[in-house]
Amino acid sequence: MTQRAVCEPLIFEHSRPGRVNRAQSAHLGGELNGIPESLRRKHPPRLPEVSELDAVRHYTRLSQKNFSIDTHFYPLGSCTMKYNPRACNTLASLPGFLGQHPLSAARDSQGILACLWELQEMLKEVTGMSAVSLTPMAGAQGEFAGVAMIRAYHDARGDDARTEILVPDAAHGTNPATATMCGYTVREIPTDNQGDVDEEALKAAVGPHTAGIMLTNPSTLGVFERRIHEIARIVHEAGGLLYYDGANLNAILGKVKPGDMGFDVIHMNLHKTFSTPHGGGGPGAGPVGVSEHLQPFMPIPVVGRDDSGAFRWLDEHDLPQSIGRLSAHMGNTGILLRAYIYALMLGREGMVRIADYATLNANYLMARLRDAGFDMALPGRRATHEFILTLKHQAKEPGVTAMDFAKRLLDYGFHAPTTYFPLIIPECLLIEPTETESKQALDAFVEAMTAIQAEAEKDVETLKGAPYSLPVRRLDDVKAARELDLRWQAKA
Amino acid sequence: MPFIPHTEDDTRAMLAACGVDSIEDLFDEIPPELRADALDGIPPGRDELAVSRLLHARAAQDAQPLCFTGAGAYEHHIPAAVWEITTRGEYYSAYTPYQAEASQGTLQLLYEFQTMMSELTAMEVANASLYDGATALAEAVLMAVRANRKSKARRILMPRTVHPRYRGVVQAIVHHQGITLELLDYDTAGGHINPASLPTTPGDITALVIPQPNFFGALEDADALTDWAHTHGALVIGVVNPTAMAVITPPGEWGAAGADIVCGEGQPLGIPLASGGPYFGFMCCKQKIVRQMPGRIIGATVDLEGKRGYVLTLQAREQHIRRSKATSNICTNQGLMTTAATIYMAVMGPAGLEGVARQCHANTRALVQQLGEIDGVETVFDRPTFHETVLRLPRPTAEVLAGLSERGIFGGFDLSADYPELDNTLLVCATETRNETDMDAYAAALREVLA
Repeated sequence: MTQRAVCEPLIFEHSRPGRVNRAQSAHLGGELNGIPESLRRKHPPRLPEVSELDAVRHYTRLSQKNFSIDTHFYPLGSCTMKYNPRACNTLASLPGFLGQHPLSAARDSQGILACLWELQEMLKEVTGMSAVSLTPMAGAQGEFAGVAMIRAYHDARGDDARTEILVPDAAHGTNPATATMCGYTVREIPTDNQGDVDEEALKAAVGPHTAGIMLTNPSTLGVFERRIHEIARIVHEAGGLLYYDGANLNAILGKVKPGDMGFDVIHMNLHKTFSTPHGGGGPGAGPVGVSEHLQPFMPIPVVGRDDSGAFRWLDEHDLPQSIGRLSAHMGNTGILLRAYIYALMLGREGMVRIADYATLNANYLMARLRDAGFDMALPGRRATHEFILTLKHQAKEPGVTAMDFAKRLLDYGFHAPTTYFPLIIPECLLIEPTETESKQALDAFVEAMTAIQAEAEKDVETLKGAPYSLPVRRLDDVKAARELDLRWQAKA
Repeated sequence: MPFIPHTEDDTRAMLAACGVDSIEDLFDEIPPELRADALDGIPPGRDELAVSRLLHARAAQDAQPLCFTGAGAYEHHIPAAVWEITTRGEYYSAYTPYQAEASQGTLQLLYEFQTMMSELTAMEVANASLYDGATALAEAVLMAVRANRKSKARRILMPRTVHPRYRGVVQAIVHHQGITLELLDYDTAGGHINPASLPTTPGDITALVIPQPNFFGALEDADALTDWAHTHGALVIGVVNPTAMAVITPPGEWGAAGADIVCGEGQPLGIPLASGGPYFGFMCCKQKIVRQMPGRIIGATVDLEGKRGYVLTLQAREQHIRRSKATSNICTNQGLMTTAATIYMAVMGPAGLEGVARQCHANTRALVQQLGEIDGVETVFDRPTFHETVLRLPRPTAEVLAGLSERGIFGGFDLSADYPELDNTLLVCATETRNETDMDAYAAALREVLA
């Protein structure tokens, strides 16, 4: 309750004209002799004028208004919010790594190149793909790279009739958005009542116009697509390629390799499976893995090793058919380094254990919630690393929604699960506990859900008004979108 | 087991609750023929001590020369407070702020970030970041195509003075959508966009890209270019260095009406060089086209009790709502980097940032003067520059750079691969982190190499 009492002003409201942080600028200055008056700025930007202590205190206070993995259980489906080991940050932040200019010669960069090359090799092994390019900067950019490679592959064969990408209706929104960015039209494939792709609909949809299909397996419904071989056969026979969205790779790491399922190209979300931080919305990293026939089209740069064992960047001279560069340099190198450090600590046996315990935690939590009276969206299926609970009965009687449950969970000290996704399940909570949570944390979550259900039955208004104990009560999204206020303005 | 807390008793009890005998049973829906063999290609796990030893050795392996190279990534001093606060777990390990009430820290910080970027560029609004400067320019081009409703040509004028890697990235990202990039040549005397390269019968142009400063470090005649573009119905996309904004005319004030979309690389604002990333891209625009802007945008609103709060807004533009009709496929962006940049700008303040910009300008001028006294070394272009300058050398650049490297100097960027006509040239930069001793060392080393 103490949090609510504190309203932290904006940094601009802490500002006082003429307050200067001399520790950062005492000796800086110099004449602008080389810049004619006509090109110079007339009025300084109205950045805050605060002391260093003002800034430190303000941003420390703001941090305390956040939920985070370090402070709260985060059962956020499809996002894999597991512990981000501190060693990954500390070691990736060694001065030797942070000080390196991106255009440094390869001879001066053998240390970082060795790390990246070994990460490429480990990702190849765990996914069963022929080659890996680390450069995409997030899952969505990995998707872009993958679909662009599919297009480059068809183009290189002179096959320009393929204009359509197939996407299951349960897919992440990035899948159809990516297909559009790559110039494709999108056709949705329905899901059957067991959560698998509707095979008959797929057969009817494929043809000479099919460039490929984008699939997540386990799917966003939290179940393993059992007929994946059949799907691969149908799409491949029609001349299309299979794209694997690695958002849910955590569930099958070391158990099943996407390459063995028949996928031609994949992306991985290192900020999920390899535990790099989400940082309040990034940076991520979305390396792509390819089968042999897509190797020539990989985005550059890729790390190569010559016969002498020296590492170097492979560029357009090495991969003339590449889809090109997707960042000015090597993407989010520091994030790749964190994933590498994590992979070294886990090792071959640790990777398999991720899938084991992520799956155990999800199935345990699902069993406990089912026993507590909650409805599962796909009751006959095993959970993978996540599962979907539907509150469609509660929405009718007593009349509380998934959103109400989500907001009330915040009062109980739990971050809300993913709500209203996938779009095809009504009033759903998509719950992913991850392997780094203990049985005790999961049990506490079940108790909170049970208590909230009891509250709902007693008085729905308790939930409608939630949250009560956070820095703010429920916020008005509609006002935010109608009366746009996107920046602070100095009072006239 | 690293990062898995289960005791044997826990595991037994959990399996019993699931009604299975072993964890393996939970994978019984996966067809057996798909099950992978052991991961022999991955080494066995190591503890933190062993990994720490290896990483320290790798980090020490890479040379740390005295850096006089910019070319899109700049070594600046980063106040200690910036990353001390940024790596607090509450920022570092938080998710995207979809649950607004549980994310007011990140949301308020991003609202402040949007305000700071708008102020710096003198634009009306900003988003909460894109991946990097290069992809921000690609997104700006796509946004211009959506925002310029009168233009049907999907035709972008792209000067050769824009960072060559940015041009490559833009091409890789936008060409699928039938957009053409028409190159504009530079003035060989000034190193700025040659006005004579602008089309004389322009026709339908969607947008003109203006870099400020440009890749050669030179300052473009942004006022005249902006007015020319607007006269011909084209939007103006500015690509700017945020440090330079402290001292040169910001794009919101270019020409009569200002730039329409502004983007750039945010790295100079408190982000370490780190072999190229993570950095962050920023984007600002006029408010009337904000609904065409990609990426996350934070808005202020009120809660049930009328108290000020912040939320992600205009989400109907984004992929998780609009799917195939979204403004972009971007989802995760560079949240932690914008956290650092916001704290950097607050700690530096307007005076600190101006001090950095002035010192960079003065240092580069001093360096250029000192190196220019060496036989055969001269400046190539005569336009005013901010903190980078192109030098001509009496010998092939690669050879000179190798010689400097042996003397502990990273002497600049070799332009010849991207601009074959600029052989034997070098793009140099001296930020506020270089002092007189450093510059003397560079001059002495260059004398030796050229001797």
